[in-house]
Amino acid sequence: MADLLELRGVNTHIGQYHILHGVDFAVARNSLTMLLGRNGAGKTTCLRTIMGLWRASAGTIRFDGSEVQTLETPALARRGIAYVPENMGIFAGLTVRENLIVAAREGEPDDRRLDRIFMLFPAMKKFWHGLAGNLSGGQKQMLAISRAIVEPRKLLLVDEPTKGLAPAIIQAMIDAFQELKRDTTLLVVEQNFHFARSLGDAVAVMDSGRIVHRGRMADLAADETLQQRLLGLSLDTHQ
Amino acid sequence: MNRKWLPLVLIPAIALAALPLVPSLPTWVTLTVAGLAMGMMIFIMASGLTLVFGLMDVMNFAHGAFISVGAYAGASVLLAMKPAMQAQSLSANLSAIVPGVIAAMALAAALGWFFERVVVRPVYGDHLKQILVTTGGLIVCEQLIHVVWGPDLIPLPRPATFTGSYLIGDAAIERYRMLAVVVGLVVFGAMWLVLNRTKLGLLIRAGVENIEMVESLGYRIRRLFVAVFVAGSALAGLGGVMWAMYQESLTAGMGMQVMVVIFIVIIIGGLGSVGGCFVGALLVGLMANYIGYVAPKLALGSNILLMVLILLWRPRGLYPVGK
Repeated sequence: MADLLELRGVNTHIGQYHILHGVDFAVARNSLTMLLGRNGAGKTTCLRTIMGLWRASAGTIRFDGSEVQTLETPALARRGIAYVPENMGIFAGLTVRENLIVAAREGEPDDRRLDRIFMLFPAMKKFWHGLAGNLSGGQKQMLAISRAIVEPRKLLLVDEPTKGLAPAIIQAMIDAFQELKRDTTLLVVEQNFHFARSLGDAVAVMDSGRIVHRGRMADLAADETLQQRLLGLSLDTHQ
Repeated sequence: MNRKWLPLVLIPAIALAALPLVPSLPTWVTLTVAGLAMGMMIFIMASGLTLVFGLMDVMNFAHGAFISVGAYAGASVLLAMKPAMQAQSLSANLSAIVPGVIAAMALAAALGWFFERVVVRPVYGDHLKQILVTTGGLIVCEQLIHVVWGPDLIPLPRPATFTGSYLIGDAAIERYRMLAVVVGLVVFGAMWLVLNRTKLGLLIRAGVENIEMVESLGYRIRRLFVAVFVAGSALAGLGGVMWAMYQESLTAGMGMQVMVVIFIVIIIGGLGSVGGCFVGALLVGLMANYIGYVAPKLALGSNILLMVLILLWRPRGLYPVGK
């Protein structure tokens, strides 16, 4: 599979702090790559650097065949990268409908894509005219993801989609991501290993701003010793 | 529970609370209309600033300069067309007012565009520098007004058809104040439509909440901000020329004087909230008129007291914008 996204030697500084130290990894087309690591490993910084929200101070980011590390965030979005931040970034004062209208850059949201969103997340239809700020945490996450897929995107960057969600909602999220990965390339930052194992095709593990492991998700899921070493967790405790 | 209607209740509540304090019903009606008119003009001047505050977190003290410059530009046209202004014909008056308002809005908009590019853009993200450079810009503009129009107070008679009062029962209602109420409602209605019924308005509201997310969706927020800044400056110019006609005179310092009230209004309303700005402006206008009549010595402090009470009730203003 050809790579849709490739990071080579990416460094990121935030103020005086050096966060990413030469990050190298790639995301294959039509795959779901999990970016794992302990808190503070640099996963969110990595996504934000790809999205242009923080500037790479060194290294290259290639997306769909072009170097994009100097592009601004709106230009990256227009090239087909969608971003769902850790805090979901929903517009609380707008309705669900208005959130999706804003996300549909090319005009009104397409009916077929809306049908797909309603199929994945029925709550979006139910609360269509409700204020986004009144949704529950899980529904806000569903809205954030709906907004990212309201138009065709080449790459979806999702930061901790299960954070703070109840187990039943997490299962709904797994089902939704299973459906999404059929036609979208995804790079997902996640702390929930059960979620990561259920969905990931490939995995990259970060520690202290560096990639310390790359490979197939299935291989990591099968190797508990490796999980202990890389993530400091036992699979049993995260099922 | 959605309690969006609660702040709206404050408007009739203040009006009814003032009723027993005012000696007669006609006086109360006159004061109420005067308060609403004043509130509408403050809203017109303040609405652009609250969006600039909310959208880009910019503290623009130079907004007062747009008000003054708009007033002077409009007054120049109105005074040049004195015969049309003094004619007892609405169409003749409008033939002077319309170009006067256009001149006020155009010059204020052009000044706003210049300020955004030259003064504000280098200091995004730094409140202290924003306060310093925009206050400096305000002072420079005032001095430039002295150079161009002179340092003296300029009298500005109202258009003939908007001079005098309507008598409703025993209550005298100034015609110009009615005009101010109508213009204020039209501006509010237009802003409401733009913000709630257009994609541009949705983007502005979304940007006020989360700029980063709007950029992540592919929109160049900087362009949107420039558009809002220029439109807000134009509205300040409109408010400026209306305020000058209301006071029947203009000075270079009029913008700076009204800025205190404008800041109170946008803080009361909730930074970035146009609806809150509207309600806040009406509350301030009513309060100023009632207290100014009942206890003139307290008039200066009444709006500060109003702001303190509202912030004790709702610390982020009447309609806080979710950030």
